[in-house]
Amino acid sequence: MHPAFSVIFLTTLIGAAQGMLMALVTGQVYSMANLLEPQDSRTFYAMGSLLALILLGGGLLAAVFHLGKPSYFLTRAWRGITQWRTSWLSRELIALPAFMLLVFLYALVHWFGWTDPWFVIKGQIPVDASLVIGTLGVLMAIVLFVCTAMIYASLRFLQEWHTPLTVANFMLFGLASGFTMAAAFSAWTGVDLVVFYGTWAVIFTALAAITRGFSMYRNKRIKHKSTLRSAIGVRHTKIRQKSMGFMGGSFNTREFFHGRSEGALASIRLFFVVMVFLIPVALLAASNALESANLPVLAFVAQYIGLMAERWYFFAEAKHPQNLYYQSVA
Amino acid sequence: MTQLALVIDLNVCVGCHACVTSCKEWNTSGWAGTMVDQRPYDADPTGTFFNRVQMFEVGEYPKTETVHFPKSCLHCEEPPCVPVCPTGASYKRPDNGVVLVDYDKCIGCKYCSWACPYGARELDEQQKVMKKCTLCIDRITDQSLPEKERKPACVLACPTSARLFGDVHDPDSEASIAIHENGGYQLMPEWGTQPANHYLPRRKTRIQIFDDELERADNPLKKEAPLPAAEGETLDDVAY
Repeated sequence: MHPAFSVIFLTTLIGAAQGMLMALVTGQVYSMANLLEPQDSRTFYAMGSLLALILLGGGLLAAVFHLGKPSYFLTRAWRGITQWRTSWLSRELIALPAFMLLVFLYALVHWFGWTDPWFVIKGQIPVDASLVIGTLGVLMAIVLFVCTAMIYASLRFLQEWHTPLTVANFMLFGLASGFTMAAAFSAWTGVDLVVFYGTWAVIFTALAAITRGFSMYRNKRIKHKSTLRSAIGVRHTKIRQKSMGFMGGSFNTREFFHGRSEGALASIRLFFVVMVFLIPVALLAASNALESANLPVLAFVAQYIGLMAERWYFFAEAKHPQNLYYQSVA
Repeated sequence: MTQLALVIDLNVCVGCHACVTSCKEWNTSGWAGTMVDQRPYDADPTGTFFNRVQMFEVGEYPKTETVHFPKSCLHCEEPPCVPVCPTGASYKRPDNGVVLVDYDKCIGCKYCSWACPYGARELDEQQKVMKKCTLCIDRITDQSLPEKERKPACVLACPTSARLFGDVHDPDSEASIAIHENGGYQLMPEWGTQPANHYLPRRKTRIQIFDDELERADNPLKKEAPLPAAEGETLDDVAY
C-alpha cells in the first residue's frame, strides 16, 4: 500500500491524544484512591486535556486532507456517519467527534472547577462530573482505538493487517505515546507525576514492542492466498504478466505500491524500532535518574517521530492482491 | 433475482482493446461526467479507465501461450467494497445486481478501493470521487433504445464476440449457458466475493478429418474436371 501522510498524521495524533486522556483520568483515579497527590484542576487536568484536544484537532485536520477534496468535509462528510452498521470507517467518524466532545467537556469541567461531588458511593468515593466524563472519555478512547484499528484489520485480503495484533498495536502505541506525553507534560509543568506516567509509558512501550514484534514476525512469513493463478484463473505454474494494458500509470499503480526498495523499507523498520522503543525508554530512564524536565519531552518527540515511521511501515508492508495485476508495464 | 454480468471468453479475446476504447468513449460522454485524462499528450499520461486489457504469458519459451485478459469491475454478489463505504455512496442495485457509486455522495476516501481485491476502482483525479465500471447502466436500462442495443459498450464493440452480457441468475440466458457449458470460472474465488462476471478458459478446438472425407468418392482417378452436374445427383450431393 502507498502510505498516505494524512492517515499517518491522523492515526498517530489521535492515538497519542487518546492515550493522554487515559493517562489524565488514570492519574485522577489514583489520586482519588490516595495513591497519588491530587493535582490542580486547572493547570494540570484542564491544560493536559486541552493539549490532547489540540492533537485531536490536528488529527481531524489531517483527516480533512484525506478526503478527495477538503471541501467535501463541509458538503459531504456528514454522510460518513450514516453507515455505522457495516463500516468501521463510519464508526470511527462517529467515535472521533464523540471523543473530542468528551475531552472538551473534561477540560471544561476541570477548568471551571465543577468538581463538587454529585453523590458519594459507600461514603468513600465522591463521584463528580469530571469522574463521570473522564470514565466515559476512557471508554470512548477504547472504542475509538478499536474503530481505527478495525478499519485496517477488517480488510480480509490485506493479510498483513487482518489480525487482532493490528488492534493491539494501535491501542498499545496510543497508550505508550499518550503516557509518554503525560510524563513529558508533567515534567514540563513541574508536576511530580513523571515517574508514575514514565513507568506506565515504559510498560506500554514494552507491551507494544511485543505485539508489534509478533506482527512483524507474522508478516515476514505470511503466505498470500492470492496468486497470479487465482487472479486470472489460468491453471499453470508459469505465468508472467507481459503488459498491464497501459504505459502511463493509473490509480492502481499509484495507490497500492509504496515504490521504495527493500533496503529503504528495512532502514525505516530499523529507524522506528529505535525511535519508538529504545530511545524513549532510555530517555525516560535517564530522566528518572537526572530529574530533568527536558528529557521526557524529548522522549515524546522521539517516540512520535518513530510512530510516524512505524505507521508508514505499517502501510508499506501490506501487499494488496490487486498488485498481481500490475506487475509489468509492457 | 436478476444479476447482470459479463462473461468474457479468453479463448476468443484477441487483445485488440476495442472494449477499452469504446468503454472510455461511452462513459466519458455520459451523464455522469467525464472520465478525466491528465497530461494525455505528455510524457506521463494517466486517466480514469473502467476497463483494461492485460497480457499474460503462460508457459515457458518457446512453448508459450499469450492470454489476453480484459479486466473490469466484476460486480460481485458479495461486494466487499460496498459495506465499508462510510457514506453509503457505494451500493449494489437490488433490481439487477450492478455495483455502482453515487458520485454525489462519495467523499473520495479511497477506502472501497482498498477493500476490492481486484483493483476495480479508480479515483478520478479531477472530480475526486471513486469511479468504476457501471456495466453501462445508463445504456442497459434505457428503454428508449432498441433491445439489442441495451448492452454495455464493450460488448457491442467486441469484434470477436468475446464478451457476453446477460443475467447469470437465469439458467437459460446466453451468459449462464456459456458459463456452464464451457467451464466458466470466477477470479480469486478464495475471498468469497462471488464475482458475477465469469471468464471462459482457453480451450483447444480440434477438428478430426479422415482421408475418406478429403477424397471425393466420385473422382477415383483424382483428375480435376468439371463436375458431372448435368447427370443428376452425385454421391456427395446425397451424403449430407
